[in-house]
Amino acid sequence: MGLTDLPQIVPGQPGISLLIWLLIIVVVLYFARTPAHKAIRSVSRLLRNALHLFSRSVLIAEGSLRSRNREVLFSMGQDASERQIAREFERMETVIHRDLAGFPTIYRKLDEQITRMEEDYARTSEVPDTPDAWIRAVDAVANIPSNDSMVADVLTNIHESMNKSQKNAVEEYREMFHERHHLLKKLLPSWRKVNSALNEVKKSVDSLDERSREVDAQLSKFEMICHGKSAGERMLSSSSFTQFFISALVLFIAVGGGIVNFNLIAYPMQEMVGGNSTLAGFKTSDVAAMVIILLELAIGLFFMESARFTRLFPVIGALDDKIRERMKWITLGILVILAGSESALAFMRDLMAAENQALTRSLSDVPMVVGGQSFSNIPTIVQMVIGFILPFVLALAAMPLESFVHSSRTVLGVIVVSSLRAISFLLRLMGNIIHHLGTALVNAYDLIIFMPLWVEEKFMHKSGSAVKP
Amino acid sequence: MIRKINVIAAILLTLFLAGCSKSTPNTHGVYMLLDTSGTYTEEMNKASNILSFMLVKLGPGDSLAVARIDSGSFSEKDIIAKVTFDERPSVTNQQKRGFREKMDNFIKTLKGSSYTDITGGIIQAVQFLEETKSGKKTILIFSDMEEDLIKGQVRDFALELKGSEVIALNVTKLRSDQVDPRDYMKRLDAWRSRVEEGGGTFRVINDLERLERIFED
Repeated sequence: MGLTDLPQIVPGQPGISLLIWLLIIVVVLYFARTPAHKAIRSVSRLLRNALHLFSRSVLIAEGSLRSRNREVLFSMGQDASERQIAREFERMETVIHRDLAGFPTIYRKLDEQITRMEEDYARTSEVPDTPDAWIRAVDAVANIPSNDSMVADVLTNIHESMNKSQKNAVEEYREMFHERHHLLKKLLPSWRKVNSALNEVKKSVDSLDERSREVDAQLSKFEMICHGKSAGERMLSSSSFTQFFISALVLFIAVGGGIVNFNLIAYPMQEMVGGNSTLAGFKTSDVAAMVIILLELAIGLFFMESARFTRLFPVIGALDDKIRERMKWITLGILVILAGSESALAFMRDLMAAENQALTRSLSDVPMVVGGQSFSNIPTIVQMVIGFILPFVLALAAMPLESFVHSSRTVLGVIVVSSLRAISFLLRLMGNIIHHLGTALVNAYDLIIFMPLWVEEKFMHKSGSAVKP
Repeated sequence: MIRKINVIAAILLTLFLAGCSKSTPNTHGVYMLLDTSGTYTEEMNKASNILSFMLVKLGPGDSLAVARIDSGSFSEKDIIAKVTFDERPSVTNQQKRGFREKMDNFIKTLKGSSYTDITGGIIQAVQFLEETKSGKKTILIFSDMEEDLIKGQVRDFALELKGSEVIALNVTKLRSDQVDPRDYMKRLDAWRSRVEEGGGTFRVINDLERLERIFED
């Protein structure tokens, strides 16, 4: 209903009637100004307060969810860190058992070698005998004046004897040095052995050192998580996001494998459950194929769980080791049987396809093509191999599934927290907008009745100035 | 997690139990009437091709019957071959081979008929298809659709064809149609109205290269 639809006050004069109506409305609005302003303001305030309250509630929910996410994140991080530290300690234990168990033997070998080397070295330091005492006697004779021919003869004889003795001494020295060189040469392999033994020890110690550094890193990470530091939270959060996307990608690939698997076995399943019956609108053979694939997935999950590759079911993890080991072998056996069955179904699928082709040809009177049989076995073999491998591939999907489940808790938590924060912000924004709209509405109200307001102001001004003097 | 597994197990069990229940009728029943009168005996090669196409297209659980249209077609004796295919594809293939063999023998020893009782054939087809409890019922009529009855035969009554589709195949034009093509149109329109009054649907497929249209809904 517009202003033109109002009943005419002056019949036949719509313009004047409209003007009168406008006047009436403006006057009514003028007199209703104060309560109208109050009403508009109170409604806008009410809405703003309600929205702010709602926003605060959402923020509180966001806060509690964030702290819960934080707890989940830290608990998961702590668990993962504990597992890694335990694994590092296991590795260290292996290194100690493997390398350092032979340390006493190495020590004994080293000791023996060093003793032998010391002995040999001591032998090399043996000096030859000092010259005989009679050399001093020769010196005394040589000091006798040389005019006596007898002395000359004696000295000549002594000279000859000395030469001879010198020659012998030189020979003796040569032999002795030769022997020393030989002894030193014999020391070389011993040095090498010692070197290799020390290298072995160095390697073991280095490996241990490396492991201990790993353990240190893990422990500092663990400490960071335990103390709930923000750096730890950031690290775990980013790790969760990475895990989420990687596991989602691997699961997507596994789903692709599942679809291939389904297509391999759905058609031959018709031979077992019938080719025309339906179940809830789906072909029974398709449903049966899907059930087999889901069974493989479930058995694969149990196998991975009992082999301790995953930790999705605490009940299985808490089982006695013997029972768990038995369960591992049983599930593996079932998996192998299912893989074999799938392989057989893949073979059957090929046979059925060939049979259908032959029938179609015979019905259409097209002669059978002779030749081209050399590659005919390849698709069959490939189908059989794929049929055998795919159940194990599906079983391996348990690992990315575990990562996906765990990381999705964090990722979904972060998404919900962000959404709640955005909702809270929007609610506050809406509250403020409504409040300002209320103010704008009040101003618009005054704009409609500007004429009486102007008159009022003039009147007030006049009466004010009249009162002043 | 254990609760989730329980839910999945319950769903699987329900599916398994539901699998034990009776299958829904999503089968296709086809009854093919072959006109063996006059010059139509020469068209049997085309009929054989149509039959091959049907054998290729029909699968486990479907039914197929072929009957001749002669002077009195409302008779089981006119059914040349009939089969409901087994649920197992391998057995279905064997049944198809046997069916084909029977049809080949029939075509070899075919003798022409003097009269054409199409209505009788249709009633017989409806009865057969009702017995098969097929989800989709199709009556194929390989004829010129010109009915030629023995004197005294009563066929001018309403047909009960609810849920059935009647497809006239390879409807050849008669000499009289050459004189006045409206006769051909009138003939087909008369059959269409008769079938539709009986609750069925009527189609004509003359192009035998487009036989897949038989399976279009």
